[in-house]
Amino acid sequence: MGTVAASRKVRLATTSLAGCFGCHMSFLDIDERLFDLIERVDFDRSPLTDIKHCGACDIGLIEGGVCNAENIHVLREFRRNCKVLIAIGACAINGGLPAQRNHLDLGQCLQEVYLTGPGIVHGQVPNDPELPLPLDKVHPIHEVVRVDYFIPGCPPSGDAIWKFLTDLLAGRTPRLGHPLLHFD
Amino acid sequence: MKTILLDGLPLPFADGQTIMEAATEAGIFIPHLCHHPEFKPQGSCKLCTVKANGRYVSACTLPAKDGMEVENNSPDLNDKRRTLLQMLFVEGNHFCPSCEKSGNCMLQALAYELEMLTPHFEQFYPDRPVDASHPEVLLDFNRCILCELCVRASRDVDGKNVFALSGRGIRKHLIVNAESGRLADTDFSLADKAAQVCPVGVILQKRKGFAIPIGRRRYDVEPIAMQVECAPSRTSGEQES
Amino acid sequence: MGEDGIEAERLDELLLGIVERHGGDPGRLLQILREAQDALTYLPAAALTVIARALGLPRARVEGVAGFYSFLHLAPVGRYRVLFSDNITDRMLGSGELLDRLCNRLWIERGKVSEDGLVSVDTTSCTGMCDQGPALLVNGRALTRLSAERIDRIGDLIRAQVPLADWPGEYFRVDDNIRRRDVLLSSQWLAGEALRAAIARGAEAMLEEMKRSNLRGRGGAGFTTHIKWESARRATGRGERPTRYVVCNADEGEPGTFKDRVLLTSYADLLFDGMSVAGFTIGASRGLVYLRAEYAYLLPSLLENLERRRQSGLLGEALCGQSGVAFDIEIHLGAGAYVCGEETALLESLEGKRGVPRIRPPFPVSEGYLGQPTVVNNVETLCKAALIAIEGGAWFAGLGTKQSTGTKLLSVSGDVESPGIYEYPFGVSLAQVLRDCGAGNAQAVQVSGPSGSCLATHEFSRRFAFEDVPTAGACMVFGAHRDMFEVARNFAHFFAHESCGFCTPCRVGTSLVAGCMDKIANGHGSQYEINEIFQIHRLLHVASHCGLGQAACNPLFDTLHRFRPAYERRLRSLDFAPAFDLDQALAAARQMTGRDDAAAHFNERPLAGEA
Repeated sequence: MGTVAASRKVRLATTSLAGCFGCHMSFLDIDERLFDLIERVDFDRSPLTDIKHCGACDIGLIEGGVCNAENIHVLREFRRNCKVLIAIGACAINGGLPAQRNHLDLGQCLQEVYLTGPGIVHGQVPNDPELPLPLDKVHPIHEVVRVDYFIPGCPPSGDAIWKFLTDLLAGRTPRLGHPLLHFD
Repeated sequence: MKTILLDGLPLPFADGQTIMEAATEAGIFIPHLCHHPEFKPQGSCKLCTVKANGRYVSACTLPAKDGMEVENNSPDLNDKRRTLLQMLFVEGNHFCPSCEKSGNCMLQALAYELEMLTPHFEQFYPDRPVDASHPEVLLDFNRCILCELCVRASRDVDGKNVFALSGRGIRKHLIVNAESGRLADTDFSLADKAAQVCPVGVILQKRKGFAIPIGRRRYDVEPIAMQVECAPSRTSGEQES
Repeated sequence: MGEDGIEAERLDELLLGIVERHGGDPGRLLQILREAQDALTYLPAAALTVIARALGLPRARVEGVAGFYSFLHLAPVGRYRVLFSDNITDRMLGSGELLDRLCNRLWIERGKVSEDGLVSVDTTSCTGMCDQGPALLVNGRALTRLSAERIDRIGDLIRAQVPLADWPGEYFRVDDNIRRRDVLLSSQWLAGEALRAAIARGAEAMLEEMKRSNLRGRGGAGFTTHIKWESARRATGRGERPTRYVVCNADEGEPGTFKDRVLLTSYADLLFDGMSVAGFTIGASRGLVYLRAEYAYLLPSLLENLERRRQSGLLGEALCGQSGVAFDIEIHLGAGAYVCGEETALLESLEGKRGVPRIRPPFPVSEGYLGQPTVVNNVETLCKAALIAIEGGAWFAGLGTKQSTGTKLLSVSGDVESPGIYEYPFGVSLAQVLRDCGAGNAQAVQVSGPSGSCLATHEFSRRFAFEDVPTAGACMVFGAHRDMFEVARNFAHFFAHESCGFCTPCRVGTSLVAGCMDKIANGHGSQYEINEIFQIHRLLHVASHCGLGQAACNPLFDTLHRFRPAYERRLRSLDFAPAFDLDQALAAARQMTGRDDAAAHFNERPLAGEA
């Protein structure tokens, strides 16, 4: 963040793509340290603010992988607007649980779920234009945009997130040693 | 006494010992996955790459020589090892949150040790169906890192040849010794050494996966580099308790 | 098995017959699998079980071997299996269009067996016909000089199910294309001449001649031959029946190389003499030739030659009438695996195993084939040894340069008027070679194949010699109109296809760089991919188990240095932001002009880092 960050509050945006919001819940697990954070950070787009679009930010935190067209739009919006983009959690980093469908054919999946599965009569694959179309495969976010930092974990603990963010805000290269670094 | 210099530290060794063996005896950790002190070294994972007298070599296969200067714990080598780990992570399907070996897995523990925060490369997402045919053991090929420890254990200790590798290059894969391709149709048994040596979550005993809760497992408790094992080795954390 | 109409009993009978012909020797597993497939068109699961049982091998081991080699099939294949040679030189001659043409004509999709099981069409690594391509293999038989007309005719022959034996002989014609002869290619020694000369000298003296000759290996690595021979001669064998072996590496798989093909075709006597000389010198009684599967068409004439030598006392119990001097030669066929050109992978393959390079040390000269001391030499090296036996080491050392004695066979292909074999004394300049072969507008030459080096025009004055540009003999010439990025991409895929998969860096790294090259080719690349290629190159170069992985990124590294624009013009972005503030840089001018309109500002959004 350099010299600019030292003189003003840092602007932070967060979002969840194909994730379960577990990383956001874990983020809230920093508990009373949120007060410290709020001293140093203004929230832009985030479930905490309900701002719908990301403005120019210093840091973007992305939870979840990329599984549909909307995810791509949101991710690109974040990349365009955030100087530093952070992938948080297993899904953003390697696709995680949603990527478990990657060895299946999407067309066959939709067919089975909406047309031919047990108990389905007069089924139809949902086609409302409001619904984002799923991608054929789920991708980690670094396969779609350049990503600057990664906080692994499913979810990373509140302590890990706190350590990472405080390092970052203080201008230290964030490090998660044992036992904060976890993939599970 | 013949010695090598490992990161500047003199280590004695006996004739015929490899760099890995000399380091292990001195309690010094050299990252490794396909190496196991009880088995013939094979040198395929390359995690134990060190620099001996200026040349990059596998510590597990290169015999130590008197006066040899070996670089082990350096930024350059750890960087290369991290890249090798990233290659192993993207080539298979390694979803730690859904793996019952999490916390007892050497691949994961090494990734922690070398501070691998991301798989970095594009994921291959290979399609590798699991084999649940055996009554006592599940084979989840998604996590196979092709270390051949089960191959060596079954062949050299159990005298059974239950496992082998087939295919070539990126299509190389683990197979079992049955025309059906199913573990249930081999003479594999839970008592086999081969059932105990998988460093990752491929060969899993059924109905035992979460006997020790996540967070209290071998590498949750202490980083892998603090647990240097000499032959005969400890087995996985679960068997210890 | 039902659908193939082969019942278990007949399968047993057929396979047991094959196993028996090979003496039930598990070491001959690869040869047995080859023959079983010849009889069955592919290797069904049941066949592997029968073979494993008959050889007393674990079934998984047999399946592991069968699954390693490109030309062995574990799933049904077409009755006509067409494989287009996919070397860059074939592509430059239009092989890609011809492949599409044949697929269209046969109404099939590349890589898939036609529904009636008649035919499949795909690609394979270089088949060693670069001087007369485009080339392909049909059921393992080499076809050369393909043209649209010939492809149409081949399509007709396949549809009419005409047996290969009845196809026009012209299609299978393979020419030597010898363009320049020096001491080796102009020699006309009778079979046995070299062997008799060596026996007359005696083993010690022969070794001395080899030393004097300073002959170095012609397969690429350039190891001094007499040191190999002497080490093997001094090494003691192991076990109850200690022995030694001479192995001829005829697994000429380096794309762009075909000199050994010519030697095996027209100089086989010299080769077998060289092997016998080596056997006599090191005290080996058995020699083995590992012949690449692509050259299987040479097998009948080579076997005939060996038989002739036995008849005339040049092979067998008492060589040239000398009791106590015994030597015989057998030929093993490969089955499609470039890595087997690496000498220890070759030994594994000779022992009927997966062609995975061994850990060295020990080196083959102390523990080689079946654990016995073994000399592994290239075809050309052994031919040179035969000449040295006749003419002497000093004569040989008088040719070439100080550190690179003798002559070298070059396989010249690509954008030249006269592709073929050129023999020069070592030390010849690349420029001389290019003049002689008629390479008018060359922009680059790939020397020694993809694992060698790529030289650009400013380097054409360099000389072929171990002191300057070492070479196994391949010279692929690229005219100014060629796209060097596509050349490198072809090589990247070659290595990914041929990696044995033993070690992590090569197994995964070769696939990753091939992916990077495809991404760039598809217009999605950026500076990021270039950096990735360099990073992976640095890792593979030092951490791979064998030379294949160590060299796998060389062609990318070389072309990125010499032909970087060929990459850059495909990049979607160079992903660079200026170090200064653009808007601020206009401030002085704004002030001076009093302008404040939109065009007087850079109102940039943060730089997108989208991949």
